[in-house]
Amino acid sequence: MNYESIVNRTVRDIPPSGIRKFFDIVATMKDAISLGVGEPDFVTPWNICESAIYSIEQGQTHYTSNWGNLELRREIARYLFHRCGLTYDPEREIIVTVGASEGIDLALRTLIEPGDEVLIPEPSYVSYSPCVKLAGGVPVGIPTDASVAFRVLPEQLAARITPRTKALILPYPNNPTGGIMERADLEAIAKVLEDTDIMVISDEIYSELTYGGRTHASFASVPGMFERTITLNGFSKAFAMTGWRMGYACAPAPIAKLMCKIHQYTMLCAPAQGQAAATEALRSGFENNYASIARMRDVYDRRRRMMLKAFHDMGLPCFEPLGAFYVFPCIRSTGMNSEEFCEKLLREQKVAAVPGTAFGASGEGYIRCSYATATDKIAEALRRIARFVDAHREA
Amino acid sequence: MSLTQEEMKVLQLVWEDSRIRPADAAVMLGMTEEAVRAAIEKLEREKVIVGYPALINWDKTPVEKVKAVIEVKVTPQRDMGFDAIAARIYRFDEVKAVYLMSGAYDLMLEVQADNLRTLASFVSQKLSTIDNVLSTATHFVLKKYKVDGVILEEDHADGRLAVSP
Repeated sequence: MNYESIVNRTVRDIPPSGIRKFFDIVATMKDAISLGVGEPDFVTPWNICESAIYSIEQGQTHYTSNWGNLELRREIARYLFHRCGLTYDPEREIIVTVGASEGIDLALRTLIEPGDEVLIPEPSYVSYSPCVKLAGGVPVGIPTDASVAFRVLPEQLAARITPRTKALILPYPNNPTGGIMERADLEAIAKVLEDTDIMVISDEIYSELTYGGRTHASFASVPGMFERTITLNGFSKAFAMTGWRMGYACAPAPIAKLMCKIHQYTMLCAPAQGQAAATEALRSGFENNYASIARMRDVYDRRRRMMLKAFHDMGLPCFEPLGAFYVFPCIRSTGMNSEEFCEKLLREQKVAAVPGTAFGASGEGYIRCSYATATDKIAEALRRIARFVDAHREA
Repeated sequence: MSLTQEEMKVLQLVWEDSRIRPADAAVMLGMTEEAVRAAIEKLEREKVIVGYPALINWDKTPVEKVKAVIEVKVTPQRDMGFDAIAARIYRFDEVKAVYLMSGAYDLMLEVQADNLRTLASFVSQKLSTIDNVLSTATHFVLKKYKVDGVILEEDHADGRLAVSP
């Protein structure tokens, strides 16, 4: 059977992930240190795990409401109110999803008509562009760079709006750059959008991880923007719960209703045990003023400074990331491109980083280094990278 | 005593890793090395930091010690409360920790000795005979699982995919 000819062309033509190759090499290597991991190195706090175990013991092994348990949605509403200044109705505006990733898909499929354009800042997370294509849309990149701290500028946005522009994805704090958009930045974006029907999909999965005294600003909290915003968030980064696959999507009721239609026919509901765990995460977080998040953030912040200093000392320009858990140094001065740099670094010094190009063409010249790894391993990895950069500078 | 936010951050870091070098701590906390040194000096001077021992799992060594937790009921003394009697007790070498407790007894001791006989003699000859000690209850420690927030035998293998988006 010629599968190539019978399968869906859009799916067939989506290029393979840019990190696969590195994964395959690292997997065969002993004592490699990976700075290529996009998830927390902390394990889920035990009180959260324990509540999932208890829910199994209690026989909570059934479907839940499509929207997710109301108890959990109420906790999410309270959390968003306290942490992000957002007011969502837990009964009609919040859907518990299988990771924030599902929320990206729901939002795009709910909005996109064939041929609609979706604006995506680049470099950014690997899923947006494929998900836009799968929904029949056309991804339109907005290149960002270190000179403007990887933010989207209003004039850049305005220049790319066409009659087919359906939505803008705002992925801040950003993976892979660590860039953030502060309130004033968001207000400038809001000005460009206010007289349009363009929707904003605000992926705020790293909202708890900001540094340098900055606090996260949610796009939906900018005056007038609530009605055009779909807010995506989840438990993976804030509560170290990646494997649980728990997220949520929030939108004005008429949009949320449609998103839930897709969710209902594809997922039915998020896992019941994950929902029990997520409920505990938010409830205990509220009670102890999110102490576990603060502890993790302090540790990330220390490693962030460590990495930043090390790259500066190596002579690699590195913009100061104020969010997420990545550092995104520029490696152009070595004369190598991103992919070459990462492949040689891995083979010669056994350190895995991810080439910036895995996150869009504008990531060329950069590499992503995650500091979600034990501090002593980071220190050793940085020593190896310094040796690597030195060796190739002389050559 | 009042500590600044920076001093608290230094303290936290030293608590997690007492071997940390001031230069590294300075980078991690965004402070100057001098400020870190000054903070550590102040914390030592004010007896906030009172020592830098390592956390050791003695069960993995050839050292065979007998450890016990002892509940002690005492009669508090006029003007001195429990402090004087606690001082009588904590000066013994065998006594590794002393806590004043609420509830059914007054003092809790962590005691360690080379062998059972030494420990028994400490309890019967030294501890019980102190004036104002009304009664004791000794519980032997069979195994330590977690000490000062550290799980002693936990496997720290990284279960994550080596590279992920």
